[in-house]
Amino acid sequence: MPRGMEDGKDHPITQKIKGTLPDAILGATMFRGDLSVHIRREDLLLVCQLLRDDPALNFDYPIHISSVDFPKDAERFEVVYEFFSIRLKHQVRLKTRVPEDDCEIDSVTRIWVGANYLEREVYDMMGIRFRNHPEMKRILLPDEYDEGFPLRKNFPIQGRGWRDTFDFPR
Amino acid sequence: MTLNAQQEEQSTPKNSLPLLRTEELLLNLGPQHPSTHGVLKVIITLEGEKIVKSEPVLGYLHRGVEKIAESITYNQFIPHTDRLDYVCAMYNNFAYVRAIEKMLKIELPERCEYLRTIVAEVQRIIGHLFWLGTQALDIGAMTIFFFTFREREVLLDIFEELCGARLTTSWYRVGGVERDFTPKIGDELYKFLGTFSEKIDEYDSLLHNNRIWMSRTRDIAVISGDDAVAYGLSGPALRGSGVDYDLRKVSPYGAYDKVEWTVPLGTKGDTYDRYWVRMEEMKESAKIVKQCLDRLPEGEIRAYLPQIVAPSKDRVFTDMESMIYQFKLYSSGFNVPEGDIYCGTEAAKGELGFYLVSQGGGKPYRLKIRAPSFVHMGAFDHMAKGYMIADIITIFGTYDIVMGECDR
Repeated sequence: MPRGMEDGKDHPITQKIKGTLPDAILGATMFRGDLSVHIRREDLLLVCQLLRDDPALNFDYPIHISSVDFPKDAERFEVVYEFFSIRLKHQVRLKTRVPEDDCEIDSVTRIWVGANYLEREVYDMMGIRFRNHPEMKRILLPDEYDEGFPLRKNFPIQGRGWRDTFDFPR
Repeated sequence: MTLNAQQEEQSTPKNSLPLLRTEELLLNLGPQHPSTHGVLKVIITLEGEKIVKSEPVLGYLHRGVEKIAESITYNQFIPHTDRLDYVCAMYNNFAYVRAIEKMLKIELPERCEYLRTIVAEVQRIIGHLFWLGTQALDIGAMTIFFFTFREREVLLDIFEELCGARLTTSWYRVGGVERDFTPKIGDELYKFLGTFSEKIDEYDSLLHNNRIWMSRTRDIAVISGDDAVAYGLSGPALRGSGVDYDLRKVSPYGAYDKVEWTVPLGTKGDTYDRYWVRMEEMKESAKIVKQCLDRLPEGEIRAYLPQIVAPSKDRVFTDMESMIYQFKLYSSGFNVPEGDIYCGTEAAKGELGFYLVSQGGGKPYRLKIRAPSFVHMGAFDHMAKGYMIADIITIFGTYDIVMGECDR
């Protein structure tokens, strides 16, 4: 564990999730006051439903959904969700891993409608598909763009396609 | 019409009117439209004049700043943040450096916190003035645009005095600020604050008695508090619906917890409420700036952390360690420990957050920008449904949207 990072398994939010869904949690960490809970991909919808509906958790506000690429890991992509509770004023970060050969995860749009655009951006930038999403297509890049997913680590910073012909200083 | 058909029509009885064929109309608004404040296209499905569905097409201003961030050092990214929400550059700088400081656990000198708060609130006033002028202009009240830009100009001149730039400021630094206030800035700010409340009343008198403005903002683009929360709206767009969520109160930073101010809340969640919230916020911002100026403590403007914050030039020229630190800092940047944090800041438009993943070293491993304008566009269809085509411009404007931030 890196320096400054603590175990978050005794945090009340982790305990609460563990109480209802004992198998869903793979680990929890605290870093600079932020709680991150690692969960199994299959249990994502169950955990999210619990996070929103349980009166002691009440996470009604989706802050952001993003993704991180770890090319060396067996399960390459990490999808990160951050939620806040307006009433109880607490915050949680959910993390779950997605392998490259089965690059798909359940969509949480039915729990938080605001997740729609956030998930579309993750798909656009990292290529992770969201199951049962109402409109799974690119959002910032053009629909016909087929040069890959720019935020993956193997995507060159200067871009692909016609940009390859540019004379960049190397 | 042939004679035959005419006869046929005449022969149909008066009480059974011929069935009119209706169909939905697809309209492309943008990408080049003066009221979209940037390049945004919306595909609108219309039934007569009523909006049935609207689909924003984003990405015309996408520059891939999140990808660029992975290839440059932390300090080099500060000027890129200016170009996110180019109307409120100072607040972007603030939000970004705050994220890095949370990662590095930097404690700032008190004077620095006060200076940051003053400049951030001045930037909020500039942002809201800009919004008010352009929103009224879009709706058809042109005069107020000149009034708000007159005040905005005074404040931009203060920024110019402070850092040499008016829009792309890059004044905030990790662990401090770039330059201290000159005596002229304090005087100018006091002078501005002395008359600003009268100016706000002036704007209000121009709009509040304007029947067109009132009927075009009242009950337009209504969103309930619960919906606003579920869509992730933030800033005045959320507080207009009566949800008390302001990061300056929820997790105070800068000097916000040391001064007296309140969070204005709307009730109905319509365009007028969001306008009202922004007007009240300007008054609150003026109050914050005034109190901070009155209590501005003496002291350093940067934390003394030579490995992270650039040492002052007189140290660099006289002292070998500072020279080495300066060289290291400008050639390879500072190291950030391994870990990940999210840090949200209440910008003029809403919650501007940075999710930062570091694996050690001088460059971010991943930097995700949570831009309020992008999240707000997600609620666009919901808020535009059922209104008239003429209202679409009001609905764009009510978010205070800036495409540089939305498309990143």
